[in-house]
Amino acid sequence: MHDMSAHAHVAHHAPPTSFIRKHIFSIDHKVIGKQYYGLALVAVFVGMVLSWLMRLHLGWANLAIPGLHWLSSTGAPGDVMTPEYYLQLMTMHGTIMVFFVLTTAPFAAFGNYFLPIQVGAEDMPFPHFNMMSFWVTFVAFLVLIASFFVSDGPTLGGWTQYAPLSAVGAVAGPGQGMGVVLWAASIAIFCVGQLLGSLNFITTTLNMRTKGMSLWRMPLTTWGWFITSVMGLTAFAVLMPACILLILDHVAGTSFFVASNLVLNDQLQPHAGGSTLLWQHLFWFFGHPEVYIAIVPGMGIVSHVLVANMRRPMLSHRVLVYSMGALAVLSYMVYGHHMFVSGMNPVSSIAFSFPTLIITIPSTIIVLIWIGSLYGSRLRINTASLFALGMISMFISGGVSGFFLAQPSLDIMLHATYFVVGHFHLVMAVAAIFGIFSGTYFWFPKMFGRMMNETLGKIHFWLTFVGAYCIFMPFHYLGLAGNVRRYQAFVDDYLQPLIPVHRFITVAALVTGAAQLIFLYNLIHSRFGGEKAPDNPWQATSLEWATPTTPPPYDNFGGHLPTVYHDPYQYGIEGSTGDYVMQNSPEKVQSVGEEA
Amino acid sequence: MSQVDLTMEGHAPGLVTGIPPFSVPAKKMAIWLFIIADAATFAGCLVAYGFLRNGTPDWPRPFHSIVNVAIMTFVLLTSSLTMLLGVRAAKAGDKVGAFRWTMITAVGGILFALLHIREWLALIGEGMTMFHNPWGTGLFGASFFSITGLHLLHVTGGVIALLAVGIRYMGGRYNADDLEVTGLYWHFVDLVWMFVVPFVYLLNLGR
Repeated sequence: MHDMSAHAHVAHHAPPTSFIRKHIFSIDHKVIGKQYYGLALVAVFVGMVLSWLMRLHLGWANLAIPGLHWLSSTGAPGDVMTPEYYLQLMTMHGTIMVFFVLTTAPFAAFGNYFLPIQVGAEDMPFPHFNMMSFWVTFVAFLVLIASFFVSDGPTLGGWTQYAPLSAVGAVAGPGQGMGVVLWAASIAIFCVGQLLGSLNFITTTLNMRTKGMSLWRMPLTTWGWFITSVMGLTAFAVLMPACILLILDHVAGTSFFVASNLVLNDQLQPHAGGSTLLWQHLFWFFGHPEVYIAIVPGMGIVSHVLVANMRRPMLSHRVLVYSMGALAVLSYMVYGHHMFVSGMNPVSSIAFSFPTLIITIPSTIIVLIWIGSLYGSRLRINTASLFALGMISMFISGGVSGFFLAQPSLDIMLHATYFVVGHFHLVMAVAAIFGIFSGTYFWFPKMFGRMMNETLGKIHFWLTFVGAYCIFMPFHYLGLAGNVRRYQAFVDDYLQPLIPVHRFITVAALVTGAAQLIFLYNLIHSRFGGEKAPDNPWQATSLEWATPTTPPPYDNFGGHLPTVYHDPYQYGIEGSTGDYVMQNSPEKVQSVGEEA
Repeated sequence: MSQVDLTMEGHAPGLVTGIPPFSVPAKKMAIWLFIIADAATFAGCLVAYGFLRNGTPDWPRPFHSIVNVAIMTFVLLTSSLTMLLGVRAAKAGDKVGAFRWTMITAVGGILFALLHIREWLALIGEGMTMFHNPWGTGLFGASFFSITGLHLLHVTGGVIALLAVGIRYMGGRYNADDLEVTGLYWHFVDLVWMFVVPFVYLLNLGR
């Protein structure tokens, strides 16, 4: 057992002893990271079950799903989903997945746990803000889930919550009254949590690095989280007032997002003068950085995992970092490509199309660096590296369709079809999820002191990899065939031949979803019954593997912070420990890397 | 090439030695980051306001006098100056002076808030609400109250922060750096007001 008292003089906050301060209201970044992971895990299973319900309904219209009326007696009378309830489930699926899974897991969960350790700090500079960040996010999740239980259920407006239907109240449909208010409140609260998190991440990276840890000696994961937190700082700060204005449209009688003379259900709406496009501008100014907030941490994780398993550094550490930075900067300039068909001035479409095509350049450079580095390497095949490869595969497959969508003329045809749904699920959602999986299999030994089961892991990988392609590749085909998204049933003649495709997707989604139970089992079983993990199971070089105990002690390094002597990835060299030299090892090495 | 190189940005960890590596204390860095985020929030609101204003042909221009807003601006600018004097006194070790200037700053903030609320009440008295006003589109009241309300919220928070930090500074719990951090926030509240005045007041001055 590690002796905590011996180094109490350096710990800026003493380790807590009570259960509540230790595990619930903890200010330890590692506990907070695990809390975020747990929240994301709960959220992802809720989101996945919602997608199952949607897929079943799409494959077999008016299918009775036993027990569904328990969720909502009005939304699913006789266990059959109403069209509105389909849209409500879809909205919640998107919102939960984007905010509470894709943002929290790769960024807030892993970032909280590993960013301070990777830079050699004992904690973040504002541990109480950090604790608040999690609990605020948790409250945001509860507020969102609460909308399932208000009278007419959650909002049906989609995760983008387009005006004017999001702003006029219950007249626009079930959930458009209280449901939207709860949705907007939840997201505004979520923004506060991420702002607090971003403050901590940036100050930790800039201010808390240990001796010798220069910026260029930070691992790629740290770079990914740092760049993401810079985006999070400003993107969420714009979404928050947008959500508050939306709430004002509901409760204060304003009409920021509703134009005059809107007639809904034969009623002239009392709102006047606002702009429906304004919501889209504000939302997508956040929304496009958000997709990079979801994927850039995954890029960092995948790079980190690959390097450790290739046993050699990336072709260019620096170009990879610059490219991630370029993604962050450009992500603010491209948001209008979500609005090509919105009625925005066509000149704006061209103006937004150009940076959209430019942003493919850093993305492509990142992919080429990965592939070029993999070429000829003797990659260690384990579950973590398989998921890293899978992430690259998903990112390429989903990215290629982005080239099509980036062109306004093609987007007019493809907009709001399943082509778009397939695109963003692959490039942002599944790719980010693969990054999360990769990180989980890689870091689980450090987080919980036990190894995960590799056999189950590989089965999980192959089922998920093949399954994800079976689900999302046909989406592109559906979209090209003109299948519009957000339809709850396909009654038009031209859509009839596509129904077998939808059924195939539904079956694939059910099987792939069920495969995630293997992951859940592996996670829980390994947590308690896994093989004991050594301090450095992957023979990796960065500081998280240099902690005196596994899991790390309360202050991460047991009283004395490490000194860093090397670039982060000293692999493939003659070291005293093998083919690698850890960052905190003072031994001299011949540099294999690049710009040392 | 040898990798044993501690000179490359080799620096001491902040928490152990108390010396922040960039000679910027974490709190000061955090308040600057917060200011960036808060600036984005205000920018979002002001851009939304400009977007709506440009898209509305009958945008009302009901203000006839800049006297009140000029007085408010003067009060707020003066409070920034007293804040500056307070921080300077704190850095010079003049504890009583720093406390006094901080309290004067807080009084300036309260005066600003009172003037602002008086102005709000007068406008409400003329029939202006969040969704309706006698001069034109209801968006005018909506954006006016939202933007100035957001700013007033910042002023209120700032006054509370000034009082709390000032008292704790006097009690010895906080130091000059904490006062400076609070001051940075206060200057930002002032700076944002300098954007609110031309866009929300001067542009809507009747011809």
